[in-house]
Amino acid sequence: MVRRFIAFFVLLASASMPIAAATVAEGEWPTAARDPQNTRFSSLDDVKADNVGRLRLAFSFPIGVERGQEAAPIVVGSTMYIVTPYPNFVYALDLTKPGAVVKWRYDPKPDASAQGVACCDVVNRGAAYADGRLFFNTLDAQTIALDAESGREIWRAKLGDIKRGETMTMAPLVVKDKVLVGNSGGELGVRGWLTALDAASGRVVWRAWSTGPDGDVLIGPNFKPFYPQDRGKDLGVSSWPGGAWKIGGGTVWGFVSYDPALDLLYYGTANPGPWNPDQRPGSNHWTSGIFARRPDTGEAVWFYQFSPHDLHDYDGVNENVLVDLPIEGRSRQVVLHPDRNGYLYVVDRASGQVLSADPFVPVTTSTRVDLQTGRLVYNPAKDPRGGETVRNICPASPGGKDWQPSAWSPRTRLLYLPHQNLCQDAETYQVSYIAGTPYVGADLKISAGPGGHRGEFTAWDPIARRKAWQIDENFPVWSGALATAGDVVFYGTMDGWFKAVDAKSGAPLWQYRTASGVIGQPISYRGPDGRQYIAVLAGVGGWAGAIVSAGLDGRDGTAGGGFVNAMKDLPRHSTRGGMLYVFTLP
Amino acid sequence: MSSRCPSARAARGLLALVVALGTTAFAADDDGRTLRVCADPANLPYSDRAERGFENRIARLVAAELGARLEYAWQPLGRGFVRKSLGSGACDVLVGVPAGLERVLTTRPYYRSGYVFVNRADAPRPLVSFDDGRLRELRIGVQLIGDDLAATPPGHALARRGAVERVVGYPVFGELPAAARAEADLAAGRLDAALLWGPQAGYFAASGPVRMRLTAARAPAGLAMPFTFAIAMAVRQEDRALQAQLDAVLARRAFDIAAILDDYGVPRWPLDDVASARADAAATRADAVPIGARP
Repeated sequence: MVRRFIAFFVLLASASMPIAAATVAEGEWPTAARDPQNTRFSSLDDVKADNVGRLRLAFSFPIGVERGQEAAPIVVGSTMYIVTPYPNFVYALDLTKPGAVVKWRYDPKPDASAQGVACCDVVNRGAAYADGRLFFNTLDAQTIALDAESGREIWRAKLGDIKRGETMTMAPLVVKDKVLVGNSGGELGVRGWLTALDAASGRVVWRAWSTGPDGDVLIGPNFKPFYPQDRGKDLGVSSWPGGAWKIGGGTVWGFVSYDPALDLLYYGTANPGPWNPDQRPGSNHWTSGIFARRPDTGEAVWFYQFSPHDLHDYDGVNENVLVDLPIEGRSRQVVLHPDRNGYLYVVDRASGQVLSADPFVPVTTSTRVDLQTGRLVYNPAKDPRGGETVRNICPASPGGKDWQPSAWSPRTRLLYLPHQNLCQDAETYQVSYIAGTPYVGADLKISAGPGGHRGEFTAWDPIARRKAWQIDENFPVWSGALATAGDVVFYGTMDGWFKAVDAKSGAPLWQYRTASGVIGQPISYRGPDGRQYIAVLAGVGGWAGAIVSAGLDGRDGTAGGGFVNAMKDLPRHSTRGGMLYVFTLP
Repeated sequence: MSSRCPSARAARGLLALVVALGTTAFAADDDGRTLRVCADPANLPYSDRAERGFENRIARLVAAELGARLEYAWQPLGRGFVRKSLGSGACDVLVGVPAGLERVLTTRPYYRSGYVFVNRADAPRPLVSFDDGRLRELRIGVQLIGDDLAATPPGHALARRGAVERVVGYPVFGELPAAARAEADLAAGRLDAALLWGPQAGYFAASGPVRMRLTAARAPAGLAMPFTFAIAMAVRQEDRALQAQLDAVLARRAFDIAAILDDYGVPRWPLDDVASARADAAATRADAVPIGARP
C-alpha cells in the first residue's frame, strides 16, 4: 500500500514538472522555442487572467524589412536579439534603456539570388543564444556566429548551394558544444540534411542526410526503430526507384528538440521531392518522418515515418514537444507531434512507439493510423491521379498544421495548437512554364474546410486524446503559440490581432490591433526592471501570406502553390509590415 | 516546318494601324524609343547576359524593326517570373512563353516545338516510342520540374508505362540547364536515351561532343496531354498596342526568325498542327510556385 502511494506521487511529480526548468533561466528566452524540449512555456506569472486585460504596449521597434515575420525574438540578460527575413539583418536591443535602443546591427550580406529560390516568402525563424554567442542562418544557406555583446562576426559556414535551390530558414538549436542546423528546398531536388557545427569554430562535426545509404544517414548498429518497416539495410536507397534518392528531398527546416536525460535529439524530415508520386514508387525513406539521434555523433537511434510515400506534400517537419505524461497508469516520456497529415501523434521518445495518433482536423486523405503496425492507412479515393480532378482533399497541402509551433503548459497539460482548417481540389492538369520548359501540372485550389473558417486555435488534451477547446479564426492561424504560468495563452492572427486567451477555457481575455498580420512566435521574458513582458513580431507573409508580402496576383488562384485561392481577401485585411511589439502591465 | 511570311502588304497595313493607335508602350527617353525586354541571364539556348541566345537575336531583330533601342532587365525564368518581370514593370516584353499564357497578353505564336527522344546517332536501336518493350530497362533521362505533382509530358508517359526504376531526373534548376546535363550523360554512356524539350535538346545536341539523333515524341495512347507547345511573345494585359506592333513584326520577319531558329537547331512543328491544338486550348499559366511549404 505504501509503495503504491509513493509510485503515484512520483508519477504526479514527473508529469507536472517542466523538464526544461533546470536548463533555462526563468526570465529568459534564449532559443526560438525557449527550451530544448520545445515547450514555449514561460514560468512567469505576473500576467494572469484577471489582469491581462490591462496589458499595454511598452514599446515597438520597426525592423526595416517588410516581409513575413516568422522569427522569435531572443532575450538573454538585458538584451533582445532579432533576425529579420532576407536580407537577414540581426539587431541587438538594449532593454535597460527606455524604448529599447539598438546596441548593434549586423548585416550578413546574403546572396540576392536566394530570394528567387525560396519557395514561400523569404522568412527566417530566429536565432539561438549560447555561451555569449548568437547563432543564426541566412537564406543563402550560411550559418553565422556573432559575439552577442558586440555583434562582431566570429565565424560563418557556407553549408549549401543556392544555385541548386538550397536555402536555410530554420532556427538553430545549440546542444552542448554543437549548433544544429538543417536545409530547405526539397521541391527543387535538394537532398535534406541535419548538420552539427562546432560552436567554437563553425567546423562541420557531422552531417546526417535524410536519404541515401546508411552511412550517409548515420545509421549504424545502435539504430533500433520500433516498427519493422523502418528496419533493413540502406532503406534510404532501396525505397526509391533508381537514383531518385539523390535528389529526394527530406529537408530539415523545422525545429529541433533535445532531451538531456535520454541524450537524444528529435527532428522531422520534409516530404519527398521533386518527383511526382507516380515516379517515385516506394516508401521513400527517410522523408516525412521523425529521427531520434545522438548529438555527439549524429548516429540515428530510431525513426518513425508519419507519411510513407507522401502523396500530398505532408512534410514531417512540425515541432516535437517533449513532455512526460501519465498514460494507462504509468508515466511515459513522449514526443507530442501535430503532423501536417492531420494527426496528433503521441510517441514514446525512448523507443519510437506510437502510443496514440488522433485527427485534430477533418481528414479525408487517410482513415486512421494503425497502432499495431504504426502505419498511416491512406484513402485511395483521394490519391492524386494524373489528368484527373480529385476534390475535397483534407487536409490541404499546408496540412492540418504547418510550421507554426505549438506551446505546452505543464499546468493545464494542454498543447496549444495554432493551425489551419483547409481542404483542396486538385484540378485538371494545365500548361505551365519554368526555366524554358513547358509542362503540365496539377492546379491545386485550396479553400476553407468544414465550417467555412480557415484557421483554428486548439487546446489539445493528449491524455484524453481530444480537444479541450477550440477557437475558430477567419484566416489560418500562422503564428506560433505562447503558454505562460499565469494560465494565459497568446497567439496572433493574419488579419492583425494579437490575442490572449484563458489557458483552461479558451475564453478571450485581451487583444491588440497590430499594423500588419501576425505570423511570428510570441515570447515572454522578465525585463531588467523586473516586469514580465510579452513580445511578438508582426508582418504578414510566409506561404499563407505571400499574397501580401510577395504581391501575388489574387486572380490567379493557383499562385503560391494554390494557397492564394484561399487567401484572396487577405490584402483587404492586412498590409505588409515588420514591427516588434512589446507589452507589459501598467 | 516553319510558317512562311504572309503578304507584306497586309503586314504593312497592320503596322500603320497600330502606329496610329499610339506607341505609349515604349519608354521614351532622350534618344527616342526603348524596347525593354526581360530575359534570363543564363538560360541558353534562349538567352544569356552576353546576348548569345536565339531569343536575344530575335529581340535584336524586333527592336531594329521597330526603330527602338533594346534594353534588358535580367530575370531568371524561375518562380514568379511573370510577376517579377512584366508585373513589376521592369520590362515590357517577354520573348518566349507558351501561347495563351495566363495573366499576360501573348502575340501570335511564332514557332511550335515539342518533346523529343534524344539518342546517340550511333545507337544501334534508338528509343523512339513509348511502346518500346525495353522502356523499363533503359536508362532514360527526363527534365524534372520541381513542382510537386508536376512532370514533363514524357515524365508522365514513362510513369504511366511503369518506367520509373531506371529513369533519371534532371532538376531544371542548377549550374547548367537540365538538358545539357542529360545530353552530357548520354554522350558519356551514362544514359541510354533522353526525353527533352525540343529547343534545348536541339541546341545541346548540336554543341555536344557526340552526334545525336532527335525524334519527335508522340503521346502514348490514353494519355491526354500535349507533347508540343506553340511559343509566342508576351506583353502586359493592357498593352494591346505593343502586342499589335509585335504581331506585325513577327509576321513581316517570320522568314528571318525561322532562320534564327534554324541556326540554333530548334526542332519545329507546323504552327497549325491540329494534333497539337490541345496544347493551346488548355488554359496556360506560368508563375508556378512549387506546392511545398519549404521556406
